[in-house]
Amino acid sequence: MKHTIATLVINKPGVLARVAGLFARRGYNVQSLSVNITRDAKFADPSGERFSRMTIVVDDEGNPRIMEQIEKQLYKLVDVVKVSDHTRTNIVPRELALVKVRAPAAKRAELLSLCTIFRADIADVGEETVIVQAVGTPDKLDALVSLLEDYGVLELVRTGRVVLVRGAEAT
Amino acid sequence: MTQLRGSEAVLRVLTEQGVEVVFGIPGGQIIPIYDSLWNYRELRHVLCRHEQGAALAAEGYARASGKVGVCFATSGPGATNLVTGIANAMMDSIPVVAITGQVRTAAIGRDSFQEADVTGITLPITKHSRLVRDPHELIDTLREAFYVAATGRPGPVLVDIPSDVSLSTIRWHEPGTLDLPGYRPIREGNMRTVKRAAEVIRAAKRPILYVGGGAVGANAADEVRELARRLNAYVVNTLLGKGAYPETDRQSLGMPGMHGTYYANHALHHCDLMIVLGARFDDRVTGDLTGFAPEAKVVHVDADRAEINKNREATVPVVGDVKTVLQQLLPLLEPRRRGPWEDELDACREAHPLAYTHPPAEQGIAPQYIVEQLFEVTRGEAVVSTDVGQHQMWAAQHYKCSRPRQFLSSGGLGAMGYGFPAAIGAQIACPDQPVFDIAGDGSIQMNIQELATACIERLPVKVLIFNNGWLGMVRQWQELLYEERYSGTSLVGNPDFVKVSEAYGGTGRRVERAEDVREALEWSLTITDRPCFLDFRVAPEANVFPMIKAGGRFDDIWESDPRTAAQSG
Repeated sequence: MKHTIATLVINKPGVLARVAGLFARRGYNVQSLSVNITRDAKFADPSGERFSRMTIVVDDEGNPRIMEQIEKQLYKLVDVVKVSDHTRTNIVPRELALVKVRAPAAKRAELLSLCTIFRADIADVGEETVIVQAVGTPDKLDALVSLLEDYGVLELVRTGRVVLVRGAEAT
Repeated sequence: MTQLRGSEAVLRVLTEQGVEVVFGIPGGQIIPIYDSLWNYRELRHVLCRHEQGAALAAEGYARASGKVGVCFATSGPGATNLVTGIANAMMDSIPVVAITGQVRTAAIGRDSFQEADVTGITLPITKHSRLVRDPHELIDTLREAFYVAATGRPGPVLVDIPSDVSLSTIRWHEPGTLDLPGYRPIREGNMRTVKRAAEVIRAAKRPILYVGGGAVGANAADEVRELARRLNAYVVNTLLGKGAYPETDRQSLGMPGMHGTYYANHALHHCDLMIVLGARFDDRVTGDLTGFAPEAKVVHVDADRAEINKNREATVPVVGDVKTVLQQLLPLLEPRRRGPWEDELDACREAHPLAYTHPPAEQGIAPQYIVEQLFEVTRGEAVVSTDVGQHQMWAAQHYKCSRPRQFLSSGGLGAMGYGFPAAIGAQIACPDQPVFDIAGDGSIQMNIQELATACIERLPVKVLIFNNGWLGMVRQWQELLYEERYSGTSLVGNPDFVKVSEAYGGTGRRVERAEDVREALEWSLTITDRPCFLDFRVAPEANVFPMIKAGGRFDDIWESDPRTAAQSG
């Protein structure tokens, strides 16, 4: 089963490498990883760049003990401030996808209406191709991509998942 | 506000943190720090002959003294030579701060001369590390390093300092509060869990104390002794826990595990409660986890949350400093009487003692006999380091420790080459105590160059070389499990170790007969100003027993050679 872990880390060089290395050497199966600057109300942050959020999707391969170990091992790292497993909590999950699709003139109108339905944008228009840009839950993106396959997906890139907890509670 | 050079600030922070000795070897990128060291009287610098020796000496110093050990190395090859020592400190949770020179900040990442990404290389084997790019962060980064190394579950911290940072001018400032939002070591146990632990302990009929390196690290020997006394409980100690409870006491069962005593293993296997104090269910102790201590509940006290429920589920987990938690727990415990369980353990110990036979004189000396003689001659009070292999296990079995920080051994990493530099560090930490290193002929050659360090520093470390001409532990496995295919384990080409010692300015003696062992040991104690190598001709066929194979269970224990047992049985 896939778990979404949101971590708050000190934004210093090497943190990403340390966390990634931890997952690699203990054999945890990382499906996606996203990291960028973040804000957290609990901590003073005069520069606005003190903290990063690393959001990691990991597969526990049916063993719940793995998640307990992952959380504990992450907390051991001095630069990791907070670790939360948000697999079951009330979150807003998002990923972004860019999909380069074969789009001959005849098919273009259909493609555009598909995009409208999924509230996706067109980020590039060429003679033979378009690039569809979509933001949404992982399931929504999976559905869109599978429909786009019918047209011919030439290239596809997706970001890692990011999440925030709904309401006033901290992520 | 004093202005000073970065390298001077480094030394001032070390002094502020209570450091008196550093072990190291200079090189290009760390010259600024060594330059500041030139007239700096508050620090003693011990020049080693390999950075691995420096790192392991810092580690041995830390183990013996309880203080943070410090080592210096230059960039590139100096830093990479520290790796084994750092990994060793990580595996055994020893507080060490390693300071490495690094190429100038502008040269980083360009495959510069003697550049190595030491923070990258040591990421998985350091508790924490920093590359200091901004000179104004240098002082606080070092203070953080000491705090992280010494608190919680101790471990190695590396600080990598580019040479231009060392040469910058910065402002000194006094220590303030450290701001580490991601690091909050827990000292006190949660009282709810401590009370629950007391309940579970009260209900136990067959309790055992399982004491590890964490009890030594927390300086909890008094509390461990009080707990054992109040519960009349028997104690097993791991390799790293030796001395946390006196092994000479009736309630001590010695070391459990792969080469532990039969009765210590019996105790764990049949107990109904393990009170685990600063130990981590290492595979050398447990063997196959599914067959380990099948009937036991577990009260697990440890400073590291991640160790709890990692290998064995804890009935009552208590996260905290072992000493503090025991102080919280003891008032909640009523005295318990000795019972049939303790009688059973006494009987087991009588029926299955550690045993060995003396080989015929022409084969050599029984190694176990040498350790026993050492124990008697030193009255069990010396500081003893070991190297890694069969001799390490015989030392663990037969040198009974009565106090912690007396026995220094590479447990988790099992790094050959450990014993001699660690003994050097320990002798500097304990200048008035006799320090012995129990080594093999293979192991001693891995850091033999530190003879120079020992001679220059006038350290009377006594190295007992258990010379059998083999990489003994591997040979044992090949003999018992690989049909005697002794691939790569015959150590032809050993030098005359006494001559090597003398060539550096030390002394030594070769001992070929059992009758000469005691006198040689006594003679070594009279040497007070230089290292002493005793080259013992040890019987090559000797094997370490008891033995439970890796991944094995207590039921499969071999108390003696299984092949002869099979023949006679």
